[in-house]
Amino acid sequence: MYRYDEFDHRLVAERVQQFRGQVGRRLSGELSEEEFRPLRLMNGLYLQLHAYMLRIAIPYGTLSARQLRMLATIARRYDKGYGHFTTRQNLQFNWVKLAEVPDLLADLARVEMHAMQTSGNCIRNVTADHLAGVAADEIEDSRIWAEIIRQWSTLHPEFSFLPRKFKVAVTGSPRDRAAIAVHDIGIRVVRNGAGEVGFAILVGGGQGRTPVIGTWIRDFLPRAELLNYLEAILRVYNLLGRRDNLYKARIKILVNAVGADAFRAMVEAEWATIRGGALALPEAEIARIRAYFAPPAYRALPTVDLASAVRDARDPAFAAWARTNVHPHKVAGYAAVTVSLKPHGGVPGDMTAEQMDALADLAERFSFGEIRATHEQNLVLADVEQAALPDLWRALGAAGLATANAGLLTDIICCPGLDYCNLANARSIPISQRIGQRFDDLARLHDIGPLKIKISGCINACGHHHVGHIGILGVEKHGAEAYQVSLGGSGDENAALGEIVGPSFSADAVVDAVETIVATYVGTRTADETFLDTYRRVGLKPFKEALYAAH
Amino acid sequence: MTANRLSDGAVVYFDAAGGWSLNFAEAATVSDRVAAEALLDRAMPAVKARLIIEPYLMEVALDTDGWRPTRERERIRAAGPTVRRDLGKQAEGFGFKG
Amino acid sequence: MPLIRNGQPLADPWTMVADDAPLPAGAAIVSLARWLRDRDALLGRNQPIGIVLPPDQAVDELGPDLDRLGVVALEFRSFRDGRAYSQARLLRERYGYTGEIRATGQVLRDQLLFMERCGIDSFVLPNDSAVTAWSEAIREISVWYQPAADRRTWVVAARHGASALDGCAPAG
Ligand code: SF4
Repeated sequence: MYRYDEFDHRLVAERVQQFRGQVGRRLSGELSEEEFRPLRLMNGLYLQLHAYMLRIAIPYGTLSARQLRMLATIARRYDKGYGHFTTRQNLQFNWVKLAEVPDLLADLARVEMHAMQTSGNCIRNVTADHLAGVAADEIEDSRIWAEIIRQWSTLHPEFSFLPRKFKVAVTGSPRDRAAIAVHDIGIRVVRNGAGEVGFAILVGGGQGRTPVIGTWIRDFLPRAELLNYLEAILRVYNLLGRRDNLYKARIKILVNAVGADAFRAMVEAEWATIRGGALALPEAEIARIRAYFAPPAYRALPTVDLASAVRDARDPAFAAWARTNVHPHKVAGYAAVTVSLKPHGGVPGDMTAEQMDALADLAERFSFGEIRATHEQNLVLADVEQAALPDLWRALGAAGLATANAGLLTDIICCPGLDYCNLANARSIPISQRIGQRFDDLARLHDIGPLKIKISGCINACGHHHVGHIGILGVEKHGAEAYQVSLGGSGDENAALGEIVGPSFSADAVVDAVETIVATYVGTRTADETFLDTYRRVGLKPFKEALYAAH
Repeated sequence: MTANRLSDGAVVYFDAAGGWSLNFAEAATVSDRVAAEALLDRAMPAVKARLIIEPYLMEVALDTDGWRPTRERERIRAAGPTVRRDLGKQAEGFGFKG
Repeated sequence: MPLIRNGQPLADPWTMVADDAPLPAGAAIVSLARWLRDRDALLGRNQPIGIVLPPDQAVDELGPDLDRLGVVALEFRSFRDGRAYSQARLLRERYGYTGEIRATGQVLRDQLLFMERCGIDSFVLPNDSAVTAWSEAIREISVWYQPAADRRTWVVAARHGASALDGCAPAG
């Protein structure tokens, strides 16, 4: 993984000092809260319902064991012994004290981490495929490009006060595990007819109040031009994006207002003036960054057919886990493992300091000391020898990290909602807990098959409900919490937005509604159909009828 | 009237003695608009003294157990996260009991 | 309000002139609208002239006249409004403007460095304490991950030396 050089170290150290000064000026009264708020937000510090929350960047989700241990230390030293992994591959601490944040950031800097640009109207933490480097279908490791973009976007003098926040995601494969279609810019590594590697560029996707699937504006961008092209897009947006209405300020609204063709023309015209200019990436820098993502020292192992090995496993509990939580790897004899942060009845994405320490040890023992955070609020050990899977499974189980539900109904994406979040309309965590308890039978879960439920506590859609196969959105209705349900959303390479089924449900009724939806699917599916297949075949109608039949 | 403490963000309530309490049960209540607006003015010294931030008024209603915030959001602020009963005010012995 | 140019406090030689006010003797800054209306008369005065470029106007508007302008004043109507950063870079890097680019409006201490990097070289500051803070604020960060309108070396150039950047145009 990437390691800081002297420049990276110096920047982060200076940024910590700068923030220390800003906090000092706030505490001494030199800065009012109004003046301080944007400064703290630029460094990921929010005021939530009960306390300050600090959001820490995990660039493209990659963590070393040493970093994870430091996060555990920070959880104990500055917080209440746990952290929360978000849908943007970040980590949030919910109970930090203002005066202690500079020290916390200094500790974080010692392991090459920071909280820069995890909030504010700037280019946010860049996300990437959590199986980068190990997926067989990959053209190139997306983290190389995500790291290049991370550096370029950090403290960008021109783009730190954009009309609105700005999110970039990169995938190196045709399969999209990074939900790039719902980002302000989505980047896919592609190969052109001549066999050269470059990028296809999509703009104007997003979730929130106005969910939009992005539009492709360029099929092939030469590698060296990546940053020039991004700079062109950002400049057009910075100058022309709306600033009069918070809800119309994202780039998707601009693209829609001027039309995709006109937007593309503006970007291309801007690019033409800076193409080949100062930001063109020298090969030497690409090579320098790429070297950090070179494959680890894999052993030469015999090829094993993962599926049949799982089928033959004697322990049914292990087999169930392996079926969902173990994924193919491009190197013979290895596998990637999803570490579920979704125990039934638990808080999706939460992890205790003890679990962090335990997983750091396991990563060192089984997976070259590296851990990845996924946008689905799980963790991944990407390079595990297949022969070691049973040992790993037992050790994960001892730490409460081996729930066999990756990709299944209880692997729910869920934002913090009204239990923590200042913007929430309704709680989301209790809904996911009740669904987890209702569907606690593993055999039944496996029979239902792949099904993504995503829950947001308000229209900001941090829980990605628009792209959930079943999406649940918390709303406030006559002072009470209520939940709107949508079906058929998808965040992958066949991205789609969910359709709302009808009037909202109470907190009690929404769990029953999920049950009804599942029963309708099970009763309607043909042999191998997943939930999404069935939904795409039969549409909303049968689900709607089943849900509102009694009314 | 409620606010968050500048130093740690903790939820506080303006009390009858003119101070700020961590305990919802000690919050001063007023029963009309005019008195409520006057209350907001009384928050200003604490804002200037950098004790609290973002003061605002919240609605409460009387039921058999005493005053109770009318909004779920305020009940959760007064108690702590409903999904972690071991954290927040509820765990410190003075949490509002939902 | 105090003015800083190239790091030095100085008495403002320019007078901001309202659209309906008569022009004073000496250097004057007028609105873009007035400039577009009275261009020839304003140039005929043979006195230094500058204009205020509002954030919603394209820099191209000024293109042919830029070398006649002593100052282009950009407006930060709110510190959140970041359009002037792009305007400043375009003025410097695309149009090669070498005159004064002035930041007016809500110019906060913690944004001075970004402004300076984008090519703004004079700042109308709210008070004298901001003047002292200027030199501090401008030195807080010394590592830059991107080339901009200033002369600072960006990290990629520092990492690889000039030779690795052969074929790339220098930062404007
Ligand atoms: S979706 Fe809304 S409630 Fe949930 S975390 Fe985001 S802002 Fe908060």
